[in-house]
Amino acid sequence: MIEVENLTKSFGTKVAVNNLSFSVEKGEVLGFLGPNGAGKSTTMRMVTGFIPPTSGDARVCGISVVDQPSEAKKRVGYLPESAPLYNDMTVTGFLNFCASIRRLRGSAKKEAVERAIETCFLQSVARQSIDTLSKGYRHRTCLAQSLLHDPEVLILDEPTDGLDPNQKHEIRQLIRRLGETKTILFSTHILEEVEAACTRAVIVDRGVIVADGTPTELIEQSGTGSLTDLFRQVTTRDTAAPGEKKKSGKSRKKTAKAGA
Amino acid sequence: MTFTIYKRELSSYFAQPTAYAIIVIFLLLSMIMTFSFGNFMRVGDSSLEWTFFFWHPWIYMLLAPAVAMKLWADEQRTGTIELLGTFPVSIWVAILGKFLAAATVWLVALLLTFPIVITVNYLGNPDNGQILSGYIGSFLVACTFLAITMLVSACTRDQVVCLIVSVAICVTMVLCGYDDFTRELSKAASPAVVEAVTSLGVWDHFRSLNRGMLRLQDVVWFASFIIVPLLGTSAILSAKRS
Repeated sequence: MIEVENLTKSFGTKVAVNNLSFSVEKGEVLGFLGPNGAGKSTTMRMVTGFIPPTSGDARVCGISVVDQPSEAKKRVGYLPESAPLYNDMTVTGFLNFCASIRRLRGSAKKEAVERAIETCFLQSVARQSIDTLSKGYRHRTCLAQSLLHDPEVLILDEPTDGLDPNQKHEIRQLIRRLGETKTILFSTHILEEVEAACTRAVIVDRGVIVADGTPTELIEQSGTGSLTDLFRQVTTRDTAAPGEKKKSGKSRKKTAKAGA
Repeated sequence: MTFTIYKRELSSYFAQPTAYAIIVIFLLLSMIMTFSFGNFMRVGDSSLEWTFFFWHPWIYMLLAPAVAMKLWADEQRTGTIELLGTFPVSIWVAILGKFLAAATVWLVALLLTFPIVITVNYLGNPDNGQILSGYIGSFLVACTFLAITMLVSACTRDQVVCLIVSVAICVTMVLCGYDDFTRELSKAASPAVVEAVTSLGVWDHFRSLNRGMLRLQDVVWFASFIIVPLLGTSAILSAKRS
């Protein structure tokens, strides 16, 4: 359903995503992990067709994002990082607008909006202006927008970022439920989320995949039974000097503090 | 699709105080100018060319950027451009929808000056065709300034920067080709330079429409000063993403 082939993106001399390849099958929920600045958002922006790749291609349901961006975009629902919304609209107004732009009309549009409101538990704020919403509701409104056209592929950039534990739990449940029928790619740096919602996870670091497997496989791979340990073994922290060898967790903490 | 974006932008203008403030300020300023400096009651100019339309470019150069400054700057600041960019519509649809919405705000403002037309018809015997042509000229100047502001707005996420830069460009376009300015310039520069600078100004084309004439060069001038910034907007937005 999602096939990423040798995707590369460089901004000037900085290579954000380096020859990345992976695929996500139907019914799979792929957790996309990595430290900040690892290239997660850039990869997702390329798969959704927001930014063109420097080289390589991504295919959604067999349709190339580079060659047929409009066709590919029709099949994708996307929740950008930080859930951007038009603050001057009401929740229903915003969803109606997104549905119209997705070419839904009449009763199909009405149903789609109602369904999205229901799925994301937005009934109580449906008529409220977006700028008065709390962060949790804002996130869910943006998520509702990505579900309107019932896309086969969902790409969610940090869907639980900044939410309280209850909201996180709800969103994870929702991702799991949606994952039964859709293909989902979602990024996070909360490791429990992987066990809670993913069927598979990849860890990226500096634009390359450094680990790939089911949550159980990854935990085994860590040797200590903890995903956090694996994450720290395979990724570079941003306080490390270039070329510095990876150290044990304890000494790393010290360096991080000294660096700060 | 263009209509969906147009509708959203237009309702956003009228859901916030922006459009109302701009329209009220425009009406106040244009009437103050007409009745004070324009000497409307004394001059007896029923064509409205000098008393009413003459002041429009001066007002537009300050107010039009305030209408269009948010079009892309806000979209980039709040990140909603990422939503627009991942909807299955081309960037042209969005550019056109936004531009038409901003133009509609000015059209409403201009239409609300109708009492002055009724007044001259009551007091005198004007050529209403010429007045209509004056309105078209005035609207085209507004559209030119809106298109230029939209281009600037695509370059920055900061509305204040966009406002300042666009006002500077619009002021320059009003001054270039204004008689007093041209006279001073011709003392210092060669005729070729003066002509080049004057051709950037709005006056030549605006005045010919005020007199009820629509020449080919006016059509070409307005069309290029509206379409080129819109093309530039699309180029900048695409370049920013890659």
